[in-house]
Amino acid sequence: MTEIFGIPLQAFAGQLLLGLVNGSFYAMLSLGLAVIFGLLGIVNFAHGALYMVGAYVAWFSVEKWGLGYWGALVLAPVIVGALGVVIERTLLKHLYKLDPLYGLLLTFGLALIAEGLFRDQFGVSGQQVNVPDALQGATNLGFMVLPNYRAWVVVASLTVCLGTWFLIEKTRLGATLRAGTENPALVQAFGINVPRMVMFTYAGGAALAALAGVLAAPVIQVTPLMGSNLIIVVFAVVVIGGMGSILGSILTGLMLGVIEGLTRTGILGMLLSWPCTKVFGPENWLSEALTKLFGPEGSSTIVFVIMAIVLMIRPAGLFGKEK
Amino acid sequence: MSTTNKNGSFQRKSFYAWSAVLVLLVAAPFIGIYPVFMMKALCFAIFACAFNLLLGFTGLLSFGHAAFMGSAAYVTGWLVRSAGWTPEFGIIAGTLVAAALGLIVGLIAIRRQGIYFAMITLAMAQMIFFVCLQAPFTGGEDGLQGVPRGKLFGVIPMASDLAMYFVVLAVFVAVFLLILRIVHSPYGQVLKAIRENEPRAISLGYDVDRYKLLAFVLSTGIAGLAGAMKTFVLGFATLTDVHWSMSGEVILMALLGGMGTFAGPVLGAFTIIGLQDYLADRVGSWVTVIIGVIFVVCVIAFRRGFVGELIAWQKRNKTG
Repeated sequence: MTEIFGIPLQAFAGQLLLGLVNGSFYAMLSLGLAVIFGLLGIVNFAHGALYMVGAYVAWFSVEKWGLGYWGALVLAPVIVGALGVVIERTLLKHLYKLDPLYGLLLTFGLALIAEGLFRDQFGVSGQQVNVPDALQGATNLGFMVLPNYRAWVVVASLTVCLGTWFLIEKTRLGATLRAGTENPALVQAFGINVPRMVMFTYAGGAALAALAGVLAAPVIQVTPLMGSNLIIVVFAVVVIGGMGSILGSILTGLMLGVIEGLTRTGILGMLLSWPCTKVFGPENWLSEALTKLFGPEGSSTIVFVIMAIVLMIRPAGLFGKEK
Repeated sequence: MSTTNKNGSFQRKSFYAWSAVLVLLVAAPFIGIYPVFMMKALCFAIFACAFNLLLGFTGLLSFGHAAFMGSAAYVTGWLVRSAGWTPEFGIIAGTLVAAALGLIVGLIAIRRQGIYFAMITLAMAQMIFFVCLQAPFTGGEDGLQGVPRGKLFGVIPMASDLAMYFVVLAVFVAVFLLILRIVHSPYGQVLKAIRENEPRAISLGYDVDRYKLLAFVLSTGIAGLAGAMKTFVLGFATLTDVHWSMSGEVILMALLGGMGTFAGPVLGAFTIIGLQDYLADRVGSWVTVIIGVIFVVCVIAFRRGFVGELIAWQKRNKTG
């Protein structure tokens, strides 16, 4: 069997793919956050909760309503998008003139409400959603066995992300949206219904989160807490990327997912500690620390470590502009 | 937002009010209020005051304050239980560790303003949470149990709830006066200037980042003190103490009571802890829902909080 740094190629590729899958979710969520923040000036803490609701819609659709996975793929964005409309119309619209901190606090409250309601219904144990029949099984690529569903997740979310990018950067609708981000009063003066545009933007961001939830449902345990745990990592991703650019958000999300995957294989730790071992000899605290920090144990904190490093070097983020 | 009122009668009134509160706090264990509840509420009041120093008087929203409170709780608990330190050195060590962590996180977080500051502190706190989850000395999911109260300075038997209560009360009063002093000092005035208009403070020649960093370290240190005291009161430190939901709770305490007021966070802490205590056995997971609803209602309709509304009402009465 082929090995890379003593890790079987199969396991290595598996972790890399898992990283890519996680990265797709980071990309979809941070994209939604960036679009919402751009137009509404609100950092949507409830984004994780919306993602969680999307995953539960998938579970209901498959297990209870008999609509199956493909039904959920349509239904979840619609339901959660409608929920987004309600949230924007009843709550968020009161906050646009206030300090953006209030938006964060309000959506944090919403996330708590959603989490509490679902925990009351489902407890903390996870629900399992089965992979749809058409995507069962795996394809042998020679160097690795590729689970079909994971490949689908990566392809589907990349398509959605690039579609969103195209919509915002290359169409007339997107141009209006971007103009609204720059100067809402002026856009309003051109006869465009800005409040409605804002409403649909929030609904769109919410729908994206729900879609990510449906895609994630078969590869993870669906639990009430899944959203909050993810959203904090996505915040770090957003800080690393900077909320300035759509493509930047997508790229940063994918990249961090992959780095996380590499960390889980231990290869990143080995690569980073290798020069220290060469310089200071086989046993020194620096290479040990690096192996630990960037090794399997550090996979849950790696994104935060990278965030700290990026902030020290480039405070505005990789793709952000300093204001 | 500000409570500094040069009006003499107002100051005299608030002096009487504070004296009454202090008398009530001293009398509390003798009139049948459960001392452990009072101690817990006071610890959270210290925590909320520390947080409010940052949000209310400097304008920085830290979404990760639980990390400092919680890590001090762990450090103090471990030193006293497993390393055999005396309580007073345990408390000092916990406070210093929290302040040191605050220095590191602060150095990173003050590189961005506003909403980014909140996100960065949240992310850094989550990192500290994972470290606490994986570190060998924290007891993982079970937490650090059975921390003995011991004797403070070798004489005060904190094992007695009554003695412990007065220790916590003394610490609370000291912290409260310290914060009062900080806010009213020239340094505190600069913090207010930064809160109101950061670019202007910069153009006036203030090294804004250094002021903010010091405020952050002070705040995290006091939050650590709260955590250390809490470990002695309850006898344990758990992952709940470092979890982001705890960071959310302290925000709510300050918001509900009144940001940027002195009494607000104290009132907010007593309200939330009392509410949780009352609801815990009655409604289960609905506590989270209720906390969430209070958050939403506060942001939409009650942004000044209890004390802020009271001050605004008094001002209206005076002019009208």
